[in-house]
Amino acid sequence: MIRLAIALLGLVALALVPLFVSEYELGLMIGMATYVALASAWALFSGQTNYISLATVAFYGTGAYTVAVLNESLPYPAVLLCAALIGAGMALLVGLSTLRLSGIYFVIFTFGLAELVRQLITWYEVSITGTLGRYIFLDLTARDIYWQMLALAAVAIGLTAWINRTRLGLALRAIGDDEVVAAHSGIHLARTKLIAFTLSATLITLVGAVASPRWVYVEPLIVFNPTVSFLTVIMALLGGANRLWGPLVGAVPLFLLFEWLSVNFPDTYPIFLGLLFIAVVFVLPNGLLAGLDDLRARFGRRGK
Amino acid sequence: MTLLHVDTVSRSFGGLKAVDQVSFEMESGTILGLLGPNGSGKTTLLNLISGFLAPSSGRIIFNGRNLAGARVDKIARAGIARTFQLVRILPSLTLLENVMLPAVFGHRAHWGKEAERVAREALEKTGLTDRAGASAGDLNYIDQKRLELARALAAEPELLLLDEWLAGLNPTELQEGIRLIESLSGSGITIIMVEHIMEAVRALCPRCAVMNAGRLIADGETSAVLSDKAVIAAYLGDAEDA
Repeated sequence: MIRLAIALLGLVALALVPLFVSEYELGLMIGMATYVALASAWALFSGQTNYISLATVAFYGTGAYTVAVLNESLPYPAVLLCAALIGAGMALLVGLSTLRLSGIYFVIFTFGLAELVRQLITWYEVSITGTLGRYIFLDLTARDIYWQMLALAAVAIGLTAWINRTRLGLALRAIGDDEVVAAHSGIHLARTKLIAFTLSATLITLVGAVASPRWVYVEPLIVFNPTVSFLTVIMALLGGANRLWGPLVGAVPLFLLFEWLSVNFPDTYPIFLGLLFIAVVFVLPNGLLAGLDDLRARFGRRGK
Repeated sequence: MTLLHVDTVSRSFGGLKAVDQVSFEMESGTILGLLGPNGSGKTTLLNLISGFLAPSSGRIIFNGRNLAGARVDKIARAGIARTFQLVRILPSLTLLENVMLPAVFGHRAHWGKEAERVAREALEKTGLTDRAGASAGDLNYIDQKRLELARALAAEPELLLLDEWLAGLNPTELQEGIRLIESLSGSGITIIMVEHIMEAVRALCPRCAVMNAGRLIADGETSAVLSDKAVIAAYLGDAEDA
């Protein structure tokens, strides 16, 4: 109960931030909220099941593109609804065909999926509509976008917290440890994974949709940038993908670090990205939060 | 009442017939020892019953329903639970959570307090109560075996499949294990146990079935089966082979 109160207070405080910061700082806050939402939504499925998905940008880009295509013909809430439905439909289709794959095969498939979606849209735009780029003109201020993104991040974390307390959460964790045992305990593997994957992908699609007006001009190469998928994974892993607050703990510092690096070292910044990826896997394979727990346990023992 | 009817079940892997036209029936509440040399098809037969493998042909009638080839989780929910020859636990979950799983998703599908009660009862039966909150990955081998049995029990199964559950125990633990299985069969669970330890088979199983090269070569009262010529030949070889 106290934890919930603290979380809600934090959310209110964060919602008030735009009243006190500059336009540039608000941009940073939007970026942070975006990656917290992405990493938390990603971890909702991948963190518990250990199915590492690199399809984040496939859904994120699809969300952005949905807005780009529909923003002039439908009211904004209807556009968001369409994005959510398209994301969910795509997730169901992908999930049904791939969740039987395990380990490295799943990783490679999801990576390929992002490429496939990008190429399909490029092909469609070039050969059917004849326009590669699209413009998004929506009457939304940076504050509006920030609040929406903050809400999405809160929903992603709240939904994860809720799932953790349900049968679905227990089933997902069992699947992450050993699918054979999970099935022998009576868990319907395909259905369980499909539900979580679809929830996660729908949220990610919405993140892309909400973020898209910031770009104004959208084309496949911009919105289907695979770096988004990698960043999401590394952020969630850094904090601890199987912890409720892990993705947030990983996303905030990494986003700020990358922002700083891309400003100061625009050419060499991908190298740092690679180094950091390696460092996280070697030094903190279970994430920062688990590392802190270990430290606390060690010092606690020494204290006694 | 007939609980399980395995009806001319076969399973081949390429040209190898791992289980070849096996048939037997089990009454509710009985216990059957499944014997045979290594590679004779015992574990494959358990895998066919638990749904881990689908039979190439034949029927597996459980409580009047044919479960041959059904999905594993469906068979689990129908009331069949098992342990694995190579122990499988969920290392990142606590003992209690490990055992909660089948209580929640299995045969009776409890939730909340009731699921926890069933899980704690299973932990108590296997002597793991005081470690309920520990992480399963920290257990030693013997306790992992206990945990596996606790998990199978928390499913509240009608049929329990034990795949060499007593293997690897020291003499004291073996006696404990035998008493534990005895108490289970007394509570009305039907048990098939694959076992190499003859002491346990003699103590626990009034009835035995013996497999060799995928076929069921003997099925009957234990002492009669163990003195059967074909059975002795399967284990020790024929005079002609030697």
